[in-house]
Amino acid sequence: MAADSDLARLTLHEAGALLAANTVTSTALTEACLARIAAVEGSVHAFAHLTVEVARAQARARDQTRPDPLPPLWGLPIALKDNICTRGLPTTCGSRLLANFRPVYDSFVARRLEEAGAVILGKTNMDEFAMGSSCENSALGPTHNPHDLTRVPGGSSGGSAAATAADECLAALGSDTGGSIRQPACFCGVVGLKPTYGRVSRNGLVAFASSLDQIGPITKDARDAALLLAVIAGHDADDSTSAREPVPDYVAGLDVGVAGLRIGLPKEYLSGGLDPEVEQAVGFAIATYERLGATTVEVSLPHTEHAVATYYLVATAEASSNLGRFDGIRYGVRHEGHDLLDLYQRTREAGFGAEVKRRIMLGTFALSAGYYAAYYGKAMAVRTLIRNDFTAAFERCDVLLTPTAPTPPFCLGEKLDDPLTMYLSDIFTIAVSLAGLPAVAFPCGATKQRLPLGAQLIGRPFDEGRLLAMVHAFEAASGQGRMAPAL
Amino acid sequence: MEFETVIGLEVHTQLMTQSKIFCGCSTTFGAPPNSHTCPVCLGMPGVLPVLNREVVSCAIKLGLATHCTINRSSRWARKNYFYPDLPKAYQISQYEAPICEHGYVEAELESGEVKRIRLTRIHMEEDAGKNIHGEGDDDHSYVDLNRAGVPLLEIVSEPDLRSAEEATAYLKRLRSIVRYLGISDGNMEEGSFRCDANVSIRPRGSATFGTRAEVKNLNSFRHVGHAIDYEVRRQARLLAQGQAVVQETRLWNPTEAKTFSMRSKEEAHDYRYFPDPDLLPLVVDEGWIERIRATLPELPAEKEQRFVRDYGLPAQDTGVLVASQALADYFEQVAGGVKEAKTAANWVLGDLLGVLNKLGTSVEESPVDAAALAALIRLIEEGTISGKIAKSVFEKMVATHQPAAEIVAAEGLVQVADPEQLRPILQQIFADNPTQLADYRAGKTKLMGFFVGQAMRVTGGKANPALVNDLLREMLGPVEE
Repeated sequence: MAADSDLARLTLHEAGALLAANTVTSTALTEACLARIAAVEGSVHAFAHLTVEVARAQARARDQTRPDPLPPLWGLPIALKDNICTRGLPTTCGSRLLANFRPVYDSFVARRLEEAGAVILGKTNMDEFAMGSSCENSALGPTHNPHDLTRVPGGSSGGSAAATAADECLAALGSDTGGSIRQPACFCGVVGLKPTYGRVSRNGLVAFASSLDQIGPITKDARDAALLLAVIAGHDADDSTSAREPVPDYVAGLDVGVAGLRIGLPKEYLSGGLDPEVEQAVGFAIATYERLGATTVEVSLPHTEHAVATYYLVATAEASSNLGRFDGIRYGVRHEGHDLLDLYQRTREAGFGAEVKRRIMLGTFALSAGYYAAYYGKAMAVRTLIRNDFTAAFERCDVLLTPTAPTPPFCLGEKLDDPLTMYLSDIFTIAVSLAGLPAVAFPCGATKQRLPLGAQLIGRPFDEGRLLAMVHAFEAASGQGRMAPAL
Repeated sequence: MEFETVIGLEVHTQLMTQSKIFCGCSTTFGAPPNSHTCPVCLGMPGVLPVLNREVVSCAIKLGLATHCTINRSSRWARKNYFYPDLPKAYQISQYEAPICEHGYVEAELESGEVKRIRLTRIHMEEDAGKNIHGEGDDDHSYVDLNRAGVPLLEIVSEPDLRSAEEATAYLKRLRSIVRYLGISDGNMEEGSFRCDANVSIRPRGSATFGTRAEVKNLNSFRHVGHAIDYEVRRQARLLAQGQAVVQETRLWNPTEAKTFSMRSKEEAHDYRYFPDPDLLPLVVDEGWIERIRATLPELPAEKEQRFVRDYGLPAQDTGVLVASQALADYFEQVAGGVKEAKTAANWVLGDLLGVLNKLGTSVEESPVDAAALAALIRLIEEGTISGKIAKSVFEKMVATHQPAAEIVAAEGLVQVADPEQLRPILQQIFADNPTQLADYRAGKTKLMGFFVGQAMRVTGGKANPALVNDLLREMLGPVEE
């Protein structure tokens, strides 16, 4: 069994190679993950729902038929964030309101994963409706950081990041609206990629902020991220905002190297107030790239200081509309009332948590008659300025390098009572989302207490391949293996 | 004080596309509840709208037909409110940048005046479902979402209308246009052509508008007229009593023939419109517009002008003829088969519409087709039957679907136009009515009509009336002065 438990530590590409060589079965990989889950889930709580029987049946089916060539994720056990619709399986978005909800349809990415042969272990925990940066806003209770159980895994895709870091799955999908893939990946010491807006279909992703939401991979290394992105990227006629841009071979492009690349360092992100250990880790990443032949140039993103305010107007405005459908009429947990209005109020009062209510109120206000121009209208205008900042910066460099989060993972409960401080933990990821650009968070160091630290690479639209190649180059050059949690 | 009425209308017309505006579900009316639904129109979590481009084509058609500017780029917006028949809690509509703006419709009034009504805008949106409330012991409410996502066009007029008559004339013309274009069935009773009226009054000559009330639930032309008239009287009464008109939404109650307050301005919804992030701005290129322009049919106004010009019809005839394309086509087919277009118009507007009304059917389902009616009229024009006989032949055609000539032959209705056949008949009438004959000869010339009547009666209406008149005058001889 020792060998079996080691299987859970594999990356997708390592496990895929063993499967292709017929030296391991999907059932063995799946059982290894289930054994690991049994061992650590009690303390990590990365999953909202385990789909053990579904996973076992899928693994058996994968072992029985082996198409030639083998689809890219054949038999590989992964996890999905609980806001990604899976037909017949719970999809609760970490909300009491959807505690009983099982979609009647599969999301685009779930269908792509099925076609690619993946095995679904379960749905991962998250901040309710993806609103949060710590995974504490879940109706199912918080997820713990596998590297230090007293600390948060980040959010909102904290469950996906923690499950991947804790080897409860080989990889996972998360969703990112303002940093919800990148910040938890950073806190858990794994790779998290937010694709360009439109790169991955949102069809079947329960919407938080439609103009910002993107699904992306959370993996143990860059090669896995390339593998997983290749499966889920591409045009979907059922998502009008899905891009028609061709999907490159991300895996084949991993080895292009970084020599000659110009790395832009936004001064607004790297000056003053940065946690010294974060600064040191980012410095190490920069130095490594320079050693590999890249050059750095200081750039400016002058509207950075307005990004958080802009984001919290745009995202909450969209959310206030997107979450209207959770009214207890057609699905979800209804609380009966003496009339229609009472039913709505009771259902939403009981169903939504505090952070979700706060954001619905904020967004409703931002769109209200008399306030629209001053808030939502102004935010949309600033969003354009922020986008223009990046366009201008990319005239001087090929990628941008920044910290992912301003601090190492913080403690559970530390920021719960202070929403504004909590919002600021996404300060480096939010502007990228507003600009719709691709960005990847990758581990590049640790604190003295062995907490993961990371950096973020931001690319031009549809430049995911370059970002992944850069992370791959860093992994190879830094000599740092993946930091395994001491669970 | 003399008041002037000011009316602007908002019309919602349901489009006859095969599928809904943002999903592939059928738009067919009358299916079992919720059988035409899918995750998208049910508003399930995570679903996304995909625009049915046919809806855009319909909007462009109507925009062109009403002289609108077609915006090359327009936007989708969300109109947010909670209601069980609105699954997403927002309706996808257009707000700041609608597809069509600044058009007009011209409608003819009874006086013959042609009134131009400007259109503010035409935009596309999705319909909501329907709430059905249980009756009797059933205190539940039910939601049928078959209609949710059915495409609508909203046509907003400027406040250019000045009376219920103008409002009705405008609505009828607008409905004709959507039917000519084949984009909507325009059925008011089934709710596929709905109207809200913004009504206000102001002292005649005033440049500013009075406070308006929006009247809803107007599902027939008659209701529109009655509701506007009622509303004008109500507002005038208020002002006469020194009270103010309140800006509010009012519901027309047809049974009581009154409007009732539904909600005031203070209670009005804040719909929190904002651009729908799930849909890209809609870009319409010149080629698309031109392809549609090339397929536009002749519209009612153009057809009316042509009927006056080519057929020499009076304006009061053309208005009714062009109200429906099918009726206009029917008329043209009849007119093409006879000598006098005016005779064709008289038959279509009189006998044919009378029969269709009585049968409660449409011209498309007419028991007598245009060719058959033309053949009947030709029998009159050729002198084979009299106009009077033709009326009864027409009735038989409606009942039996037989051609006119067959009925005429079978029933021996051919007109008697031979003087040698008629003379003995007239002689016999004189012999049977000696008193009348004597009176006539004594100067009571009015009795000419009596003899004509007798001749028609004896011949079963088949005698040629003109010939009978000539023969009578000749045979009765001069009257004593």
